[in-house]
This record gives sequence, structure tokens and C-alpha cells, in this order.
Amino acid sequence: MTAATLTLGKALNTGLRKAMENDPKVLVMGEDVGKLGGVFRITDGLQKDFGEERVIDTPLAESGIVGTAIGLALRGYRPVCEIQFDGFVFPAADQIITQLAKMGMRSLGKLSLPVVVRIPCGGGIGAVEHHSESPEAYFTHTAGLRVVACSNPADAFTMIQQAIASPDPVIFFEPKRRYWDKAEVDVDAAPAGWAPLHGAKTVRPGEHVTVLAYGPSVKTCLEAASAAAEEGRSLEVIDLRSLNPLDIDAVTASVNRTGRCVVVHEAPVYSGFGAELAARITEKCFYRLESPVLRVGGASTPYPPSRLEDHYLPDLDRILDAVDRTFAW
Amino acid sequence: MTIDSVRGAPGASELAEPELIRLLTPEGERVEHPDYPLELSTAEVRGLYRDLVIVRRIDREAVALTRQGELGLWASLLGQEAAQIGSGRALTEHDMVFPTYREHGVAWCRDVPPLNLLGLFRGVNHGGWDPAEHGFHLYTVVIGSQTLHATGYAMGVQRDGVLGTPSAGATIAYFGDGATSQGDVNEAFVFASVFNAPIVFFCQNNQWAISEPLEKQTRIPLYKRAQGYGFPGLRVDGNDVFACLAVTRKALENARTGQGPTLIEAFTYRMGAHTTTDDPTRYRLKAEEEAWKLKDPIERVKAYLVRNDLADTAFLDDVEAEAKQVAKELREGCLALPDPAPLSMFEHVYAEEHPLMTEEQEQFAAYLASFEEEVTS
Repeated sequence: MTAATLTLGKALNTGLRKAMENDPKVLVMGEDVGKLGGVFRITDGLQKDFGEERVIDTPLAESGIVGTAIGLALRGYRPVCEIQFDGFVFPAADQIITQLAKMGMRSLGKLSLPVVVRIPCGGGIGAVEHHSESPEAYFTHTAGLRVVACSNPADAFTMIQQAIASPDPVIFFEPKRRYWDKAEVDVDAAPAGWAPLHGAKTVRPGEHVTVLAYGPSVKTCLEAASAAAEEGRSLEVIDLRSLNPLDIDAVTASVNRTGRCVVVHEAPVYSGFGAELAARITEKCFYRLESPVLRVGGASTPYPPSRLEDHYLPDLDRILDAVDRTFAW
Repeated sequence: MTIDSVRGAPGASELAEPELIRLLTPEGERVEHPDYPLELSTAEVRGLYRDLVIVRRIDREAVALTRQGELGLWASLLGQEAAQIGSGRALTEHDMVFPTYREHGVAWCRDVPPLNLLGLFRGVNHGGWDPAEHGFHLYTVVIGSQTLHATGYAMGVQRDGVLGTPSAGATIAYFGDGATSQGDVNEAFVFASVFNAPIVFFCQNNQWAISEPLEKQTRIPLYKRAQGYGFPGLRVDGNDVFACLAVTRKALENARTGQGPTLIEAFTYRMGAHTTTDDPTRYRLKAEEEAWKLKDPIERVKAYLVRNDLADTAFLDDVEAEAKQVAKELREGCLALPDPAPLSMFEHVYAEEHPLMTEEQEQFAAYLASFEEEVTS
């Protein structure tokens, strides 16, 4: 094993580099991805090493980025698009929803669109409006897209490469406030040994309550689980990793054991991805549930000014509060 | 014109060596332009100088406040003062401005208190001033969106039937060189043209969209794009406050009298970083910044004032002192800005009472209260 200690951002950078080395058809495109290396430096050094033909500083137009990525994919390339911030994906929403997601079916399977749309997501960095959003539910609701979210450096490294290898379009969420988190990453492990892109992972086993999370919330839930343990409560934390498709078997296996479930995400609770989880778990685990599935998330309001974001985002206290409430039924 | 002659159209060279409408040279010499006569009283020139100095000082203070952690971010206007003050002072009472997030100088001209601009960057609100009161819409962060809003607003003015009357107002949309690539901006050009909307598109071409130079957005000078949409486009020295004033004044008047849209490309330079989180040393040369320093928008007005005996040291000192005072008040006001109450998150999401907001607000209030009980018990 060649272990390297990498930040999540550097793990993505390393994964992108590997994908570009392994397949000359892989392209990187977006605003400021060239010399600057992206505003979060995820593409740092790639243009220098792979050239301007493969690492493309695009005009400032998100619809243009995704729309031309579709054309490049039709011509046999595997474009990886960077959307600079979550709130800026919406100009590209038309291309993603009406074209990228549906062209495969429209062609009766003759066309394949291996496009990855990378989106730094979530809050907690004190940013201005449109820089802290969690738009995953718009995309999980769109059939034809695969939607994944990494939460740690090791997964970031493998998942970005698996997403690029996928024959389907993948919306790839990156937890921007975790970009600087460090961990050991085995950068030389054979892909055959990697966890599957669409499989969930139990990141902390437990007995009393299943806590489901993805992306930036996983770390928060692990902290909550440590705090709960001090009070004698054992939380099982599952990192979903993939939202569409969903590894429902991993989820139900856990909930059938614990009988209690709390879902955590930064996006607003109302019509959020947690609603899908709660409904499915209720259908599949109804007789084993000791309490309703509870959801902890952002308020059902626009993302607030940053001085309020600590109140808006699920934190340890709110997760533990929900855990307590599952015992009140 | 053949296909090949179009292909051979000058790209980078014309982008770099433009012909500019200019009334004041970088050395501070007044020059005339046949289409843009401009008569300014001494008091008016002094007023422009005062505006320029004060907005630069406001900007500097905001950068300092960011460095000290008091603001989360700041988008500096350094270098673009003349484009903003020149166009801003061309506006009259009934005009309406749709800014980006960098139009601090235009905001100053529209009497938006500088402290109000800081709320968004400090993270205590998303803007919050009254656009109607100032004729100055909220800052728009998403690139280019506001150009369509401005066009629609102008279509409203048109439908009010006031064009050509004293109560006619023009609409002016601000945006940058990067924004010209956005679909929204191109759609705004189409709508404005087709409906002959009373609007001025004011593009501050500051040469950089974060790290991407102009040639990543265009192969022809931006002002020439207007022709393709069917309305006039002009390029003005964006560091010349006189020229920006004269050109914008004329374009606004054309709009108010029903003569339709104009695109003004103010050729200027972003002397600082894109925002306080950006690092231009990664992508551009210091020499380029040094070259633009020689075209500073404030120094040339100062030179003009002094050379023509329109201002003495006392006046210049007074302006400096006033700018310092504005900055001091801005700093004090910023530090005193209260954090918003947690429950205010649920306010103004809808115009009328909404059951989900009420429910979540009550739940959150009870949740917050549970901590107080723990403390007191």
C-alpha cells in the first residue's frame, strides 16, 4: 500500500490526475480551472501537465459548460465539468435536466453520456449568498442522473475516478468545508479492491439508533456519535455516499437492527432527500421501527446570511436532540 | 465581406489596443470629442474628484475590515472608480440601476449608505436596502442575471407611457466582461433590442473574470457585439470619469426619449484581486498592473484640477479628511452591526404568513429555549 496523507481537495486532484493519465479522452473544463487551478485548487497543476486542450478554461457560462460537455461526450470524450459553487449550477440546470439526463433514453440507448458535473456544496465557510447551498434533491429527482457525494479523502480519491468511468452522467457533490480535512489515502490500490461507487458505508457501527448522512454531514454525525457514546448511547453512522442509486439494503439492514433512524443533511428538510429516505425506510422497516424516522436539516428557508449559518446547519446538539426524540415514542 | 475576412478579424490586438472615447488623458489633459461635448463647472469637477477619492477610501476600508475578519469577503472596485462615478453621476432621479456586487461607487452616487453595502459581506443580511428609495436594485451575485431584470424593468417603464416626458427614467444594467458570456446577458440583449427597451447596458470591462483574461470570453471587442443585436455599442475610456459621464448621459437620454438600448463598454482594469479570497499572482503579471497604474482614474483628475488652478492644497486636504471621516464612520458602523436574531431566518421568506415557516419558527424557538432551561435549572 502506498499511503499518502491527503486533504480531501488534494485527493480529488490526485484522482483527477490518475483518470487523465489512464484515459486520454478525459477532459477537465470549467471557470478558472486552468492556471488558477479552480477557486478551491481542485484542478491545481492539471493544465500545466495535460495542456490547454484537455484542461479548458471556459467562458463564464455554466449552461455553456455543460452543454458543450454533452457535445464533447457525443464525440467520445469524458468531460469533467467544474461548477464553481453550488448556487451557480442553476444556469446549467436546463442542460442537465432536459438534455444530459435524458439523451440516453431518447436514443434508445445508442448514446452514452459519460459526463461528470462536480459541484462544491454545502455551507459552513462564512460565504455570501449562493455559495453555501445543497441542491442535491433537484438532481436526485431527475431520472437519468447518478448522484453521489463524497465525505472524506479516501472516498474522494476513488469516487471521482469511478464517476469518470461511469457510462452515465454523474452529479458529483464535494463537501467544500471538508476540502481541507486530511486522511490517509491508498493512492495505488487496484480499482478492483475499491468499494463500489453506489454502495453505502457503515462508518461507525452502533446498536441503538441508525444515523444516515452524506457529504459534509458525515463528520458532524460521527462527532455526535462520539458524544452520544459518552452518555451510553450507541449510534450507527452510515455514509450513504450515493443518493441515486441508493444502497437501500445497507440502510434497512441497519434500521431493522436498531429500530430507530435519524437522517441528517444540510439541505432544507421540506422535500429534501431525507423525505425519500424516511418514506422508503417506513415502507421496508415498518414493523421494526420503534419511532418515526426523524429528519435533521437546514431550515426550510433560503440559506441565511452567514452570521446565522451555525443556527441553520445541523450541528451536534440538533442531531442528539433528534436522537433523544426517537426514544420519546 | 467574405467568410475568410471575418475569420481574419483581429482578435487579441484589437482587444489590447482599443480606440477609446476619451475626454481626459491619463496625464490629465482635457481633450474634445465631437460627439460628446461636456461642459463642467469647477464645482462639478471638484465633486467628481471628491466622489472618486471617497469611494476608493470606502473600498480600502472594506478590504481592511475583511483582512481583520470583520467581513467575510469584499469585492474591491479599485481601478474602476471613474467608470462607476462617471456613469453614476450621469443618472437622474427617475433612473433605475441594476448592479452586480462590485458597484460600490454607483451605490455612493445613489445615496445608499456605505454601511448598507457591508451587510451582505459581513453576513448579517443579503442586501436589505430599499431599491425603490435609491433607484438602486440589490446587489446580484449570480453573474449576469440582473441584466434580464433590468430589461424587464425598462419594458415596464416603456409600458408606463412616460418615455419622452420629464418623469421618464432610464434603466442601467451593470455587468462585467465575464458576464458577457452568460446566456442571460445575451438574452437581455435580444429582448432589449426586440422591444426597443429604454436601457443602457454598462459593461465594465476590467480585463479579468477572476483568473480568465478577456480573450477567454471574446474574439472581438465587446462593444462591437451590440451591432449584432441591433443597437449601438460604444467603447469609452473607463478610467476617464469625464468620458464615462458624457457617454452614459447621452445613452441614458436616448433611452428616456424612446430611442432604445445602448451598450457601453467601459475599458478599465481590476487593480486588485477578484475578491479578498483571490490571489492574482497565480495568473497575471505584475507588469500589467504597473502599466495600468499609470492610467489611474483619480490621479488624472487631480492633475487636471491642479494644472488648471481649479483646486488648491486646502481643497485636496479637505477631501482627504472627509474620506477619512467616511471610512472611520464605516468602520465604527460595521463593528456595531448586530448579528441577526436566529429566528429572523424565517422572516420575509414569503410575503404573507406561511404555515411551514410558522411551524419551523415555533419549533426552533422551543429548541433554543430548551438550552436556557438547562442553564437556569
